[in-house]
Amino acid sequence: MTAPDPSRLVCARCAVPLSPGKVTVSYMGSSFEVELPRCPRCLRAFVPEDLALGKMAQVEQALEEK
Amino acid sequence: MPLERQRVQDLEARCIEEQPPACTAGCPIHLDVRGMTDRLRTGDMAGGFAIVARFLPFPGILSRICDHPCELVCRREEAGESVRINDLERACVDHGYKASALPRLQRAQKRRKVAVIGAGLSGMTAAQDLALKGHEVVVFEAERHALPRIRAWKRPPLPEILIETDLALATAAAVTIRIATAVGRGLDIAPDRLLTDYDAVFLAAGAKASIVLAGEFGVSRAQDGRPEIDPLTFGTSHPKLFAGGSLRYTPAVYSPITSTYDGRCAALSIDRLFQGASLVANRDGQGPYPTRLFTRTEGYPPLPALPAANPARGYSAAEAQAEAARCFPCHCLECIKVCDFLAHHGSYPKRYIREIYNNDGIVKGARKANRLVNSCSLCGLCEAVCPEHLPMGDFCLEARQSMVGQGKMQPSFHDFALQDMAFSTGEDCSLARHQPGFTKSAALFFPGCQLAGSSPDHVAAVYAHLCDRLDGGVGLLLGCCGAPARWSGREALFRDTLETLAGQWRSLGRPDVITACSSCFSLLRTHLPDMTVRSLWTTLERTGLPAGVGLPHRTAPQGAVLAIHDPCTTRHEPDVRASVRALARLKGLAVTEIGDPELTSCCGFGGLMSFVSPRVADLTLDRRAAAGSDDFLTYCAMCRDNFARRGKRALHLLDLLFDTGGDPASRADPGFSSRQENRARLRQRLLASLWGEAPEPSTDAQPAVHLADDVRDLAERRQILMTDVRAVIVHAEESGDRFLDGDSGHFLACLRPRTVTFWVEYAPCDDGYQVFGLYSHRMTVGPEGRP
Repeated sequence: MTAPDPSRLVCARCAVPLSPGKVTVSYMGSSFEVELPRCPRCLRAFVPEDLALGKMAQVEQALEEK
Repeated sequence: MPLERQRVQDLEARCIEEQPPACTAGCPIHLDVRGMTDRLRTGDMAGGFAIVARFLPFPGILSRICDHPCELVCRREEAGESVRINDLERACVDHGYKASALPRLQRAQKRRKVAVIGAGLSGMTAAQDLALKGHEVVVFEAERHALPRIRAWKRPPLPEILIETDLALATAAAVTIRIATAVGRGLDIAPDRLLTDYDAVFLAAGAKASIVLAGEFGVSRAQDGRPEIDPLTFGTSHPKLFAGGSLRYTPAVYSPITSTYDGRCAALSIDRLFQGASLVANRDGQGPYPTRLFTRTEGYPPLPALPAANPARGYSAAEAQAEAARCFPCHCLECIKVCDFLAHHGSYPKRYIREIYNNDGIVKGARKANRLVNSCSLCGLCEAVCPEHLPMGDFCLEARQSMVGQGKMQPSFHDFALQDMAFSTGEDCSLARHQPGFTKSAALFFPGCQLAGSSPDHVAAVYAHLCDRLDGGVGLLLGCCGAPARWSGREALFRDTLETLAGQWRSLGRPDVITACSSCFSLLRTHLPDMTVRSLWTTLERTGLPAGVGLPHRTAPQGAVLAIHDPCTTRHEPDVRASVRALARLKGLAVTEIGDPELTSCCGFGGLMSFVSPRVADLTLDRRAAAGSDDFLTYCAMCRDNFARRGKRALHLLDLLFDTGGDPASRADPGFSSRQENRARLRQRLLASLWGEAPEPSTDAQPAVHLADDVRDLAERRQILMTDVRAVIVHAEESGDRFLDGDSGHFLACLRPRTVTFWVEYAPCDDGYQVFGLYSHRMTVGPEGRP
């Protein structure tokens, strides 16, 4: 599988292309603002695989160790 | 609940890796021989000299004349000859000498005056040590030179320049040597004057002169007139007078290193006297002693010592490097040699214990040792090979329990395994029944969750066989013994799980429990002492095998043998292991051992290792798989499946006893999703076939979900179950919440059923959905916690 290009993603519910936007991510009581592709109408965000398994996993581990 | 300091200290003390090697322990002044050879091995002569100069007060002299007791105890002697340690010291001086490596002069808080009687090795050592600490030292020598005995050395004579170079440090540290100055009543200096003019006196004038002087100082003396000397402090009955050197051990042969030792110990006492410190505290390791360090020497091919091409000149730098390479060097590390987990973290148990203890006490800040604590398989191999039987696994488990107790266990470590356990103990999988047609049970078959998940057909076949062969009714108990809860440190959950099991057992009339899994066997026996627990293997040895079924290893070539892999939980169960071998013999199988069965290792599942450190678990498994080239025969479903997962052909004993057809050694690892489905189906199937209870028809039809093999492997590695994949797709299709990839035409959707968000890339196909990718994260996204 090749990772999907976020700029080619469309929110199937709203039929709108995703565009970058500020989104809050939270874990173990800590929150951060990150820029993620999201639907400008319903605001649902897409978490790409490399982010989930890379930086996000690192932050999860760091927060779990605290 | 947190780890106890005393317990930690007791365990730390049992790890002997930090004990000195035999040479260092046997050296009166504990020269770091291993450190020296470590440097010489790489050709670092200056580094070698820096170590020599740190320990030897007169490196040029001692490296040539030391009586080297170290070589008597060198362990290389058991594989060839002792390392020529003294010759290596000389090579350090000859090829690595650097004045900058010599000890530095310190400043004393309060400068005191010390008189030393006799400029031999002991007197000069004490003088130099005290002068380097900033004290004012005057040495009185009756002869015309300092170190008269060394200057007269005959075997062979030492170059004058070497002696003067060594004495230069003492001179630079402002030691005053008054030659041709005899101490004694009626001689150049009266003894009484020394005791009044100086803060301390060290008597090191050899036996003859010292006997006279001891009388004149008026100190307690032995029958032969020598002063009585405290062997620890080198003090005499006069608090300011210390004594040592050859006077102490004559008429034994002169020992340069012993005289040096005496001077060094006396200097330490005198410095402590000046500081008002205890003269006796913390001197346990003073002087030569036998080390506790264990070193296995069997594996080293014997090597003779390397002779110097020119013995008079000593080793060249290249010769010294080659000779130093014969030093093993001595270490214990028995556990590190056999355990990938312990090796992976780069140190050894003593340090790990301290790291784990410190980790346990962290209030604010990152707990960096969490993974260390939770990666151990708890298999007990390290304890079995440890010369002191240090139970590292027990300690890791205690540390986990402490983490859980403090609310500090990392959720991502064990969530998946605990959810799997919850499924096994839940209503879809668990069952407790008397044998059909019976109202009581003499025995109760408990196959365990992993056998039910891996090969449900075997569970059904074994149960039928036991019902056939055992009298009084054989009940069936499906569920889990709680091992995952125990291993994850969740002691309360473990007790609850056990109690549920014990309740079911009691309700069936407390029958004898027959376990197929050795983890269940060991946990139930340890934690439910009222329960009579037997192994399936000892039971089958007694009942006999089903007639006519089960085949010898059908696909193996003629004469092939099976190597028995014992699960790590049978390490201390010789009866179980013997039964397994007896059953194999009954089937006419040729079996072989993989080393000592008590030193078997884990398949990576134990202690939930593979969930926390999958890479280390694979290393552990691969090492075991490589220990035997034959197909493995095991009797743990998890061991068998794990070997299969890593491409090692492995059979379960039940594959041979209850024929299931095909080539069982090549059966693929079913994986977590299939194991769950197998457990649930087994329960339904047995309920229907044995107890005539048809399952309730499922109301919601599940869509078919297809995964290519590589995607299925990905799901296993990423701990994503098919039930979760299906739930994501069903939710996306019902709610319409999904993204469409314009390039591929695939949908991307997510769902967070519990504590993890699962993402699935999929597309509809003819009879359901094709999955192309899946991953997960634990963070929540967006203000409402979605996805």
